[in-house]
Order: sequence, then structure tokens, then C-alpha cells
Amino acid sequence: MADEQKPEGPVAPKPAAAKPAAAAHAAPPKPPAVMVTTPWESDIVQLLKDHFGDDITEFSTYLGQNFLVAKPDAAIAILDTLKLELDFDYLVDITAVDYPKRAKRFDLVYILYSFARNERIRVKTMIPDGYMPATAVTVHLAANWLEREVFDMFGIQFAGHPDMRRILLPEEWQGYPLRKEYGILQQDDAWVRENLGIESGQ
Amino acid sequence: MPEATFLDATELVINMGPQHPSTHGVLRVILKLDGEKVNGTECVIGYLHRGVEKIGENRTYQQFAPYVDRMDYVAAVSNGLGYCLAVEKLLNVEAPPRAQAVRVILTELNRIASHLLWLGTHALDIGAITPVFYCLREREEVLKIFENYCGARLTTHAFRIGGLLYETYDGFEEEVRKFCDWFIPKVDEYEELLTNNRIWVGRLKGVGILSADECKEYGVTGPVLRAAGVQWDLRKAQPYSGYEQYEFDIPTGENGDTYDRYTVRMEEMRQSTRIVRQAVERIPTGPIMGKVPKVVKPPVGEAYVSIEAPKGELGYFIVSDNSTQPYRLRVRPPSFVNLQALDCMVRGGLVADVVAIIGTLDIVLGEVDR
Repeated sequence: MADEQKPEGPVAPKPAAAKPAAAAHAAPPKPPAVMVTTPWESDIVQLLKDHFGDDITEFSTYLGQNFLVAKPDAAIAILDTLKLELDFDYLVDITAVDYPKRAKRFDLVYILYSFARNERIRVKTMIPDGYMPATAVTVHLAANWLEREVFDMFGIQFAGHPDMRRILLPEEWQGYPLRKEYGILQQDDAWVRENLGIESGQ
Repeated sequence: MPEATFLDATELVINMGPQHPSTHGVLRVILKLDGEKVNGTECVIGYLHRGVEKIGENRTYQQFAPYVDRMDYVAAVSNGLGYCLAVEKLLNVEAPPRAQAVRVILTELNRIASHLLWLGTHALDIGAITPVFYCLREREEVLKIFENYCGARLTTHAFRIGGLLYETYDGFEEEVRKFCDWFIPKVDEYEELLTNNRIWVGRLKGVGILSADECKEYGVTGPVLRAAGVQWDLRKAQPYSGYEQYEFDIPTGENGDTYDRYTVRMEEMRQSTRIVRQAVERIPTGPIMGKVPKVVKPPVGEAYVSIEAPKGELGYFIVSDNSTQPYRLRVRPPSFVNLQALDCMVRGGLVADVVAIIGTLDIVLGEVDR
């Protein structure tokens, strides 16, 4: 994951590699080019390792916030186990992050909270463009609109979703605004002309 | 099956909104009615979509701060607090104690202002016209404090990443204290008008019930969750900005109906006043701005930070690639998630109650659509 995180531009030297150089004092150390995480250890990790083995590739902590990276096929089973066995009964949010230069283009992020444990974790999966992750509606009803928004903004279709339509943009809109190639001023001009009767919304 | 006669009613589909006075903005609800009974609803949203998250990716961290005020414009100070805390988390800095105390005061005053606007419009929807005048009168005093502090009344941009831009003005503490003393009897006054009013109770009791389990299933937070009996408030559960120093209670309801949500919010206004009173008595001296570089470039990483906004859990998920602009900025809006439970609440009820239930959810469409 480390090298995939920032595909664009030359990879900055890692601090470990830069330190032994003689000029270490001359220039301020460059900030690391990857997220500096520490391993996450708790009873949750142990239970999930027993359950899912290789399906979960990483357990990490960053800034005191725990997350795990899982294979996309296992995500729903993990959410289900977290809900039923570990009390993570509140799905806070589902969102995505676009890394267009990566083969597995999208990070899909589920944020979960447990009232009983007063603890928050994130479940992340990496999926290529066109992959249809299974819907989480079967586990948390809250996923319905959240997944519709992810579809609306990123064009990620969720398999088995009861109502996979756009939610914020008009249904006929072309393009997915939160993809990186979608410009800040870009619009579906044909839709704007046809429905609003003006040349451009800008 | 007997032959259909002209008395047989078929399902009637009617459109409520987007231009409707009691949808609190441009919400369109498609109602499927069987006579007076609601068989189902569908919400059509997005009329106010401005692409806030996309804008966030194209502005620097500081430039984006004023935009968050325009989501939940009724509680702009809360939005700003959540955003500042999220960026501070990524930078690994904390606002100085003095800034934190002032932040708490302004945020709690904003909660009062937000609840007042909710109470006034909710009562108006139900047919009680007087409270809205009273509520706006009291809200005005809060807005005056904001105006004196930072020059803006509604979209305040009161906080900065790392602390505050402005020192408090002369007489700030005095004015806040005066407001607290003056405000509590006003809450009693509203309660005299409404709490035991037969029409009010009749319209609210047992309407739009959402149980604790349903709340969790739909991700509903804030006063709606507390009215269902779950004593959960992020200010207590995961304190931020120094909330652990203040004594306050988390009011809860029992039945999770519209009436309980009303009583919970009324009590929250009193508790907010209590927090403000404590905070204003012990604003520490010292700097108001933490050590934040002029050019904000958080290290590569991501963080999710959430606060207890007046409407529920307001979260910011920010991914940084060590540039001056967020790589991805996600807002977890409480109104959007809470609105999803509308269908569950109105199904099987009467069409007249739909208005009461939209009011009790306390949504702001600017935040739903972003």
C-alpha cells in the first residue's frame, strides 16, 4: 500500500534513507511521502484475524485512529461480524477516495462506531474502476443513501443495492464529479442547456 | 373479490415541495397516500447541491473554512469548529485553552440559536404562531453577540485553524452572562405556552416514533437518538475542545416520539446555558492562536473528526497528501443521514403528521445537499 498511496510525481526519499546523509543538518528533513502508521493491536484485531485471516491485509493506527484494510470481497462479512460480535452497531459514514493513477483506483471507506465500546474504526477496501462492491444495506440500513451518494459522486455501483440511483445530482446527469479528472468548473452542459434553458451554469 | 365501485380509493401520489413552507427549504417529498394514511414516501433532494466536497479539494485549508459555514447555516459556528478540529488533528496541534473556552461559549450559544429556530418553525408548522416571534427575538440576542465578536451574524467564520483570529471584545463576558440570566426564564415561557398545551400534546404525542434500535440502524444521531432513550452525546462520549471540564446533563426521552424530541431539545437549551455560564466564569488568559504554520500542509495521512452539532454527529474525513489543499474532504452531515429515517417515521401515519415529523427531525437542506 505504501507505494500505491502517492503514485503521482517522483517518490520523495523516506526519512530513514535521508538521515545518514552528511547534509542531514543543512536542510530540514522532508516530510514522509506515506502515511506513518503504527500497528494496531487489540482484542478486535485478534478476533478478526482468527475469523478472516488473509482477507484483512493491514491493521493500523494513525493519529490514534484505528483502521483496517480488507479485500473487497470480504468487506460485508467483516461489517457483519463487527456488528454482531463486536457491537459496532452504528455505521457512521461510507465514502470513497479516488487515486486515478493506481490500478485499484478507489479507496472505499466505511466508518463504524460502537456505542458499547465508545470506539470508532474505519474499514477500507481498494477497488478498481468498474468493480461492483456488495451493498452494506444488508447489514446497516443507513448504507442506503450513503452508497447512493458514493455512486452519484464516484460512479461506484453497489451490487444488490435496493435503489441504485443518483441522489444529489439529477438522474440524467453525465459524469461523476468527485473523480479527480472531473474539473472544478466542469458541468453536464447538455443537461444544463436542455433543462435550464441557459448556455452554461458558470 | 367484489367489483370495484367508485368508492374504492386507489393510492394517490402527491408531491410535497420543493417549494413548500413547511419543508424548511427545498426538500421534495413524494407521498403515497391511501386517503389520509401515508403508505410510503420518497425524498428527492439535491436542489441545493453546490459540490462542497469538490470545492474543498480545490481550495487551501484556510480558504475552505468559510465554505463550511454555508452547509448548516443555522449552526455555522458548529460547522467551523468541526472543520478546525479536523485540520488541527491532521496537523497534530491543539488550540490554546483560552481559544477552546471561547469556542465552547460560541458553539453552545449557536446550539441555543439553532434550537430556537427549530422550535419557532416547528411550532409554526403545527399551527402555533406565537412561539416563532418569541424564538426569533431571543435568537437575535445570540446573533448580536456573534456580530459583536466577529462582525457576521449567520455565516460567522468565527474560528481559525489553530485557535481564534479575534480576541474577545470588551464586555464580552458581561454580555454573555446577561444573556444567560435573561434567557432561562424565556425557556420557561415557551414551556408554559407549549408543554402542557392540549393541542400541542395532541399533535406530538405518539407521532413519528423512532426506537433506539431503529435510530442505530439508520445512523440517526443527536436529539432524535437521545429522545429514543440513548444517553449518547459526543461531548461526553469523546470530549473535544475541553468539554470534559464542564458539568452538564444529557437529557433523554422515553418513547422516541415527536413530543420527547421536543422536551429533549428544550432541556438541551438549558444545559447549553449551563455550559456557557461555567465557561464564561473561567476563560483562561493566554494566547488565542496555537503554533500553526502560515502555510498549512498537513503530513500525508487521514483523519476523521466529529463533533456533536445541534443536529447530531457532524464529521469531517480529510485525506492529506502533504499539499496545501485537501486530497479528499468528506463531510458527514447529520441532516442527510437523519433525513433517511423520515420514511420509517411517517409510514402508516397521517398525512398531517408528515409536517410535524419533518419539523422534528430538524434538518437544514443546505447541509443535506451540500
